Amino acid sequence: MNRKIFLTQSGRWVLLGGLAYLTGHIFFKRKVSASGKYVWQIDPFKCSQCGRCATQCVRDLSAVKCVHAYSLCGYCDLCGGYFKPNTLSLNTGAENQLCPTGALTRKFVEEPFFEYTIDEELCNGCGKCVKGCTSFGNGSLHLQIRHDLCQNCNECSIARLCPSDAITRVPIETAYQIKGDFINPALIKPKG
Amino acid sequence: MLFAAFNSLQAQQRFPKPEFKTEYTQPSPTTPEPRGVGMEFVDVALLILVMSLTAWFAIKKRSRKGILWLTVFSAVYFGFYRNGCICSVGSIQNVALALADPKYVISLYALLFFLLPLVFSLFFGRVFCGAACPLGALQDLLIFKPITIAPWLRKTLGVLPYVYLGLSVLFAVTGTEFIICRYDPFIGIYRMNGPYLMILLGIAFLLMGLFIARPYCRFLCPYGALLNITSRFSRRHLSVYPTKCIECKLCTTACPFEAIDFPDSEKERPDPKKSTRRFLLFLILIPVLMAAGGWIGSKSHVFLSKANQTVYTAELLISHPELRKDPLNLDIQTFLASGKSLETLTEEASAIRDKFYVGSWILGAFLGLVIGFMAFNQLIFRRKNEYQANRGTCYSCARCLDYCPVE
Repeated sequence: MNRKIFLTQSGRWVLLGGLAYLTGHIFFKRKVSASGKYVWQIDPFKCSQCGRCATQCVRDLSAVKCVHAYSLCGYCDLCGGYFKPNTLSLNTGAENQLCPTGALTRKFVEEPFFEYTIDEELCNGCGKCVKGCTSFGNGSLHLQIRHDLCQNCNECSIARLCPSDAITRVPIETAYQIKGDFINPALIKPKG
Repeated sequence: MLFAAFNSLQAQQRFPKPEFKTEYTQPSPTTPEPRGVGMEFVDVALLILVMSLTAWFAIKKRSRKGILWLTVFSAVYFGFYRNGCICSVGSIQNVALALADPKYVISLYALLFFLLPLVFSLFFGRVFCGAACPLGALQDLLIFKPITIAPWLRKTLGVLPYVYLGLSVLFAVTGTEFIICRYDPFIGIYRMNGPYLMILLGIAFLLMGLFIARPYCRFLCPYGALLNITSRFSRRHLSVYPTKCIECKLCTTACPFEAIDFPDSEKERPDPKKSTRRFLLFLILIPVLMAAGGWIGSKSHVFLSKANQTVYTAELLISHPELRKDPLNLDIQTFLASGKSLETLTEEASAIRDKFYVGSWILGAFLGLVIGFMAFNQLIFRRKNEYQANRGTCYSCARCLDYCPVE
């Protein structure tokens, strides 16, 4: 064995040891989740509807879409997420609608209820309707990352610039945070 | 009556839930499933398979054709089908963040993507670069007429991957951002979707790559910088000729990356006395370079920390208090609405800046070490009698094997 082979061999073992130490450290500190897959999702209660979801996603048309939590909503004629404030008349004229792309449509159900639906091909995730709905209504319209569209980037480029830190990685089991309740779950204190 | 149920800002039930007289049932929101967990382990298995096959083709079978098909497979599967995320190159940042941030949890999948190519390189050389890396695959398939780059230029540009590696780790451990992913040139092409600049950058790199073979791999890739080090210690490695070199130089024209070392008969043997003196001089020079690098690094920590969103907002609020009235500044408006005090934000920001201070000292010293070592490496005289692939820079693409006339 000459000097060169000796150096190469010992270098290899040192590097292998280093990698093993690194792996052991990560495992020992329980910083690895074996089954774990994480996906990006918006916490609707933290979201401040800044509008960056529409522009910061790496996709041309953002993977963030507006979602309607149907069970939450009163569906009234005067929908703050559907109409611009101070519109002259409450009809479906484009000048009255809040949605810039016409993605939010409604269907009459019975007096005074409407069913609001979102066309995901048109929705750009700007959150204008969400702002209206949260300011004047029940907040049933809210933004969610749609996982059929999301590329699950290593770092979400919207999360990087989200001013209210509403986008985080969540376990795949809870891939969606649809507003099912009226109350922010973070505000409920556990009993005892 | 309508506002009877008005609670607080957080509890947004202002209107009662509807009760329908007609037979109308409410639909429920759809939740399209993300890509399954099982698929990730298929990816890991395929990564191992592709790297093993590359090693076999490069070392045993000596087949360029086999590696070419594996390259095509990687570009199609890891690139176009799987859309490139997560890749080994980006996983550096996940590992760095996992080591630095106690709250961050890395997925096993990302950890394996980081470890496996490094372990393989310790045994078989850079087989990951050869055919498994989707970023390399795309560039490798588009080499048209590679030009020769002068060694001084090639070696100087060779520092860039270490700079990129150091910066990406610094930004990852401070929780600032993942720059490797943000400036990944080819991911937009693989997704056939993305911001305009990302696609443009990708096309620019590919066009450059027609003449300068694999520009990203050679002069930017931070993971390549790691593999360059580990591969030097590989147990086995692709060998240009199967038996004995006949010094026909065909391999050097075949290699588009100039990764084939010349035998020392072509170089002038240095005067031993002179070289010992230079050897000692450089040995002293390395700590000096590290200290200088660290000092320069520490001077730039204020500038570097501006990339962090918290530091940026805190600085903006302190230096431009008039912006508090600007309704269009989203960062400031959201901060004001959150009810957090400026003191808390400043404390957070200065804690991050302290991390940057320490980090940029280390970064500077690391770069000093790299530059010192590179210069030092030029001086060491290594006895070589034949043409052979450089273990650090050879990608195991096996082009030279096709050209070698030795049977």
